[in-house]
Amino acid sequence: MKHFGIVGYGAYVPRYRIKVEEIAKIWGKNPEDYKKGLLIREKSVPDVDEDAATIAVSASLNAIEMAGINPQELDAIYVGSESHPYAVKPTGTVVAEAIGATPNLTSADYEFACKAGTAAMQTCLGMVKGGMIKYGLAIGADTSQGRPGDALEYTAAAGGAAYIIGSENVMAEIEETCSFTTDTPDFWRRAGQEYPRHGARFTGEPAYFKHVLSATRMLLEKTGTTIDDYDYVVLHQPNGKFPLRAAKTLGVPKEKITPGLLVPEIGNTYSGASILGLAAVLDEAKEGDRILMTSFGSGAGSDSFSIRVIKKKENKHPVKSYVEKREYLNYGQYAKHRRKIRM
Amino acid sequence: MQKVAVIGAGQTKFGEHWEKSFRDLMAEAGKKAIEDANISGNDIQAVYGGTMSAGRMIGQEHIGALIADSMGLNPIPSTRVENACASGGTAFREAYMAIAGGHYDIVVAGGVEKMTDVFTSQASLALGGAADQEWEVFFGATFPALYALIARRHMHEYGTTEEQMARVAVKNHHNGSLNPNAQYRRDVTLEQVMSSSKVADPLKLLDCSPITDGAAAVVLASEKIARKYCDDPIWVLGSAQASDTLALHDRESLTTLKSSVIAGREAMKQAGVKPTDINIAEVHDCFTIAEICAVEDLGFVEKGKGGKAEEDGMFDLNSNISVNPSGGLKACGHPVGATGIKQVIEAVEQLRGEAGKRQVDGAETALTHNVGGTGATAVVHIFSKEGN
Amino acid sequence: MPHRKSLSLVWRRYPQRYQLIGSKCLTCGTHFFPPRDFCPKCRRKGEIVEQKMKGTGKIHSFTVVRVPQEGFEMEVPYVLAVVELDEGPKLTAQIISVKPDEVSIGMPVKMVFRRISEDGDSGIINYGYKFEKA
Repeated sequence: MKHFGIVGYGAYVPRYRIKVEEIAKIWGKNPEDYKKGLLIREKSVPDVDEDAATIAVSASLNAIEMAGINPQELDAIYVGSESHPYAVKPTGTVVAEAIGATPNLTSADYEFACKAGTAAMQTCLGMVKGGMIKYGLAIGADTSQGRPGDALEYTAAAGGAAYIIGSENVMAEIEETCSFTTDTPDFWRRAGQEYPRHGARFTGEPAYFKHVLSATRMLLEKTGTTIDDYDYVVLHQPNGKFPLRAAKTLGVPKEKITPGLLVPEIGNTYSGASILGLAAVLDEAKEGDRILMTSFGSGAGSDSFSIRVIKKKENKHPVKSYVEKREYLNYGQYAKHRRKIRM
Repeated sequence: MQKVAVIGAGQTKFGEHWEKSFRDLMAEAGKKAIEDANISGNDIQAVYGGTMSAGRMIGQEHIGALIADSMGLNPIPSTRVENACASGGTAFREAYMAIAGGHYDIVVAGGVEKMTDVFTSQASLALGGAADQEWEVFFGATFPALYALIARRHMHEYGTTEEQMARVAVKNHHNGSLNPNAQYRRDVTLEQVMSSSKVADPLKLLDCSPITDGAAAVVLASEKIARKYCDDPIWVLGSAQASDTLALHDRESLTTLKSSVIAGREAMKQAGVKPTDINIAEVHDCFTIAEICAVEDLGFVEKGKGGKAEEDGMFDLNSNISVNPSGGLKACGHPVGATGIKQVIEAVEQLRGEAGKRQVDGAETALTHNVGGTGATAVVHIFSKEGN
Repeated sequence: MPHRKSLSLVWRRYPQRYQLIGSKCLTCGTHFFPPRDFCPKCRRKGEIVEQKMKGTGKIHSFTVVRVPQEGFEMEVPYVLAVVELDEGPKLTAQIISVKPDEVSIGMPVKMVFRRISEDGDSGIINYGYKFEKA
């Protein structure tokens, strides 16, 4: 039987971190409010020379290494991000050139807040299933920004993951995927603006919870499964609190959600968030394990996936290695890294 | 080949000439050189002018014509010579060859750079043009950084120390304090050099030559003219030039400037002299490590012993070989295109016995060594009071 | 600074700067980076083919740049090194993710893909190789 799914995956998280205390100190806030309120301790920060493209390249090279394919066999590259380095000019072409996949391929950039990476996976899966392409590379990568002083500043982080989708040498089958999408203005960044705006509490019930829960329930119904059929559940993680609450609503026991919950240590990596969580789970899952993943992108939509590990492949660059390699910055260094200092 | 002599020399002071333009500087140096040669401007048959980066520093190209114009030498042929920091030395060599080959009898070789009409960052970018733009500068290399790479490797291979490099600055500042045309006419202490701000480790501010305005010119003549017009011609006994890879990293060794070795050896061969015959040497000390490499590459000391030799004072004024009696690029300043010609002027003044307080006793044979970039070009000349 | 702003100048170097594509002489086995289409040793007898460098090597010399080139102000202090690739050629590149006092000659390094420079806020972004501790 032919399987369609993940042939290889790769993760990348920058090594720098800033703690909630360090940010709270600057704005005269009580760090405990954020640590308890958002269930987050620290977040990743990119180096001055990193952006969504360099993160995408690093993650993609890891994915290619695991897949053991020639980059020339990639027929499609889709990069999801809300922090593409250019407003117009694809990140995908930079990635394609840097990993040696050019010129016989198609590529485009995606933007759907935090779910652009899973949208790219769905596109690749559809193209592989339709026989249009042999292998597709789906990437979610971000160096997201929160306005200084805003609640988002405590969580907006950097990182990404890349998935090679195909039908040969598949390590994890994507059994089913479906989406739930509406027009919901919970978070946005207008063209030409540096920082996003959000609806504060409006980002909760009508946005994150409605979409994540609806898409997940839709998937369970479509596949005739229940939460009990899954060994792991990964939900989009804008903070530590939302996914835990959604999991509770869905009846997911804590031990199934925590392996893919990276946000307390690296923050919200936006387009990278749910798929980095998936990568962390794939790192530890055994053959036969089943994983449920639901992403969320403001605006708003959720993509839900049912994934089964069919052949374990070794990850030489596990998510854990990136999460654990950290160097702390003070706010001044952070401001320099995030180019908040005007020269 | 005709024998060639230098019969006149003149330069501006080196320094920050806020009130003087590129052409003012060139005109002043040219006028002084022609007066010193005691000839008429009408006798001059050609001009070679060395300048590195007039286009970047003052937005002016077509410098050959500008130089002839500013010196009032129209309509004779005038040509700009560009070989980065070795532009002056190369211009001198072009003039030398034009006479030696029998084409002309009296030629002016000039050099000029006006560097303070742009901001320092722009001047630095222009100087970066001497390095490999695509494979060095693109990746963040600055000129001090490239010499720092040489310095670090020299320290690694030979145990050279930062103090030994600092010693070069101390010596050259002392010599410069005796030179009325130097930009920095003051002594510095070893401690001052060592505690100056870091530019590119291990190089500190006082390991580096400064940004300078200035011009220099010399008049060269064939033997028959030299003997007719001049009581004390200074003969050019050797002239050699060599090239190497543009990028430092492409060289087999970072610490040997092969172009210096080859040009030095060839010039000495032409002159029939050995390194031990040289009394004074004006070498290209754009950074202190560059002088250490130069004294090794020119054969004054064994490879790797330059730092120790500097520490021991082997190249101090009136020691075995007086290296950079003018103060070098370090203390005189480094108006890029003018430097190679200024080195020749120092050789001439020393051999004539006109070097004042910095006069080296009994100087008979002098060497000038002008480097472009990190050694992609080297030009070496040998001078003597006596023609052989 | 045309080498940062000129589209064609930077674009034609993408294969080398993005992927370390060099060349190799099949006759004598010498690797070249940047690529040469002519072997200086073998001359007419040389046969040159494209060859991607593995991206690993060691530090041959290094410096810590404190006074930057224009456009590199945000990165100060940065480590610049001559890296000797395992295949033999040497190149100049920044060493990142390391404190200046942790760098030493002989330290093994591997290539990473980073932003090198940009033409202000509105011009092109130049990417290419940097190295980090292997």
